[in-house]
Amino acid sequence: MSLGLLLVQGLNGLQFGVLLFLVAAGLTLVFGVMDFINLAHGVQYMLGAYFGASLAAWTGSFWLGLALALPAALVCGLVLEWLVFRHLYERDHLSQVLATFGVILFLNQAVRAIWGSAPLQMPVPALLEGGVTLMPGLQYPVYRIAILAAGLAVAGLLWLLVERTRIGALVRAGATHAPMVAALGVDIRGLFMLVFGFGAMLAGFAGVMAAPILSVDPGMGDTVLILAFVVIVIGGIGSVRGAFIAALLVGVIETLGRSLLPDLLRLVMAASPARQAGAALGSMLVYIAMALILAVRPRGLFPVRG
Amino acid sequence: MTGIGRRGVLGAAGAVLAMPAVRAGAQGTGASQGVKIGLVAVQTGPQAALGTQLRDGFLQGLKHLDGKLGGLPAEVLVIDDELRPEVAVTKVRAAIERDRVDFVVGVVFSNILAAIIRPVTESGTFLISTNAGPSTLAGRGCNPFFFTTSYNNDQVHSVMGQAAQDSSYKRVFVLTPNYQAGRDAAAGFKSRFKGEVVDEVYVPLTQLDFSAELAKIAAAKPDAVFTFMPGGLGVNLVRQYRQAGLASIPFLSTFTVDEATLPAQGEAALGFYSAASWAPNMDNPANTKFVKDFETGYGYVPATYAAQAYDGAMLVDSAIRKVGGRLGDKDAVRAAIRAAQFQSVRGPFEFGANHYPVQDFWLCQVAKRADGKFQTETVRKVLSRDTDPYAAECRMR
Repeated sequence: MSLGLLLVQGLNGLQFGVLLFLVAAGLTLVFGVMDFINLAHGVQYMLGAYFGASLAAWTGSFWLGLALALPAALVCGLVLEWLVFRHLYERDHLSQVLATFGVILFLNQAVRAIWGSAPLQMPVPALLEGGVTLMPGLQYPVYRIAILAAGLAVAGLLWLLVERTRIGALVRAGATHAPMVAALGVDIRGLFMLVFGFGAMLAGFAGVMAAPILSVDPGMGDTVLILAFVVIVIGGIGSVRGAFIAALLVGVIETLGRSLLPDLLRLVMAASPARQAGAALGSMLVYIAMALILAVRPRGLFPVRG
Repeated sequence: MTGIGRRGVLGAAGAVLAMPAVRAGAQGTGASQGVKIGLVAVQTGPQAALGTQLRDGFLQGLKHLDGKLGGLPAEVLVIDDELRPEVAVTKVRAAIERDRVDFVVGVVFSNILAAIIRPVTESGTFLISTNAGPSTLAGRGCNPFFFTTSYNNDQVHSVMGQAAQDSSYKRVFVLTPNYQAGRDAAAGFKSRFKGEVVDEVYVPLTQLDFSAELAKIAAAKPDAVFTFMPGGLGVNLVRQYRQAGLASIPFLSTFTVDEATLPAQGEAALGFYSAASWAPNMDNPANTKFVKDFETGYGYVPATYAAQAYDGAMLVDSAIRKVGGRLGDKDAVRAAIRAAQFQSVRGPFEFGANHYPVQDFWLCQVAKRADGKFQTETVRKVLSRDTDPYAAECRMR
């Protein structure tokens, strides 16, 4: 294993982690602040990708597609909140899980009815085409570096927003002392709606960014959702900082585990079983890591509530 | 009592679900002297595009036959198997017992075929698969009521192995999903490829991002890559492979680049290879007519799923014609299907002793047509009149 390959795999892991963070950030805010389990969050990611792909095709420009897809994702999130989720806040978690799972089924099927079941394509913008040679024979796509940069920028902005602004202070206060914040004259429902819409938009943004490298198809949100839940559990529910660290951790563990384990196992066993055991173990590694972290810190890395 | 009641309810539910069935050619519904086809094609879930191809291919065949099969007015019940074996069994049972279909045709996936093979064949109904061709039904498990117009899956992978061998590649990198069909693909490829397999990498079926594997390929510097990544997996892999600048390494694949996935892969798949027994550009009158009318009627380029289903319609038509519409005589019908007296879109077509086709296999390559659409095109014939490797184990007379 050369140093160049290790570097590339590390970058791959970080880039995947950043994408996960964009999805997990909204999920952790909604779950932490509103105590609401939203399984349909992955659907927001899928909708973002679909809006991005079809709007980019319609306008002929990736950037216009991105710019239009964000408000579209926001509106979708708000409409869903108003139509469905708002009525579930007072219910127990089981009702929330059942209802939001229903939303997944409904929207996956709706997407199929509107766009068809064949995967869609979204081209990489001309500005970000091509690649840089990090190791011989491999072009590291500029677009992936752009995803990394955009994700880090969003993470920074989110930190500023949550930690340094009045709205952020309200959100943090609402997470721990909702009745008190309401008693002080803050429209807590409006605040929740804002958080929800914002989370939906972040997931939509992740969807648009992922669309040019992944296939845009119905159900694409479901795989991401599972990992996003792992991320917010590791990071500590409700903590944006925790989600950020955990997302990068999960991304790197996933990628490095998948690529290194079969080679490492080959040192101690025959090639053919090592490949299969490595592949199986690699896909389990994230969950093993989650179990270990929870064993040491049951509330995640950065627990919000005392 | 409750058992019967529940089965009745299930049957009714199955029937309701099968209602959006397309009733093609139902003009002149006196239909006591008609023929009923149960067309099993997945219409929901991520793989629905393949089922749609299959359905449209069969219906195109019916259109060319003026809505008749062997001279009898035909009615087609489209059965959505939802890619769930238990759903497929319920719906297919209902089609046989209640709707009294004469033939069950279609089936994209092997696991669905495995679920319905017994209920269908044990009722004495002919099952004609137009896509799924598992080796379990080709050898010892061959069945007098089962035919397939596609191929044995293993054959296609071995065709790519032979093609790699013919191109004298020395070092090949193998990348497949970590499940039975993925391991079969790797084994099928290696059965005819005699060079060195530099590395075999298995990825989870849910994999989205192949960056880690692509970095490994770049580090290994193989002469070619062999892969089997059906559906969305293939869309991701192909585009990321191109973006990583690896396209100078020949991309040999099976069920990864075809007309069902090309609309999403586009330019990224240009020049990539696949193995098949049919391609849209095949130059024979039956195929030219099929491709032209299919594209006019349905607005997209047909893939093998459609072509084999079209052949399926033609096959059923020829069999009914040969027995003069007397569908009750099962032995005569079987002999008539086996004779396969129809013009296949892939040119010569005949059945082997195990009811799997004996046919030519081609190396195909993705090309861009003058109208901007993408399709696979034949490069060279790799295997001639190839019999599948399990045929010898079949004990059918």
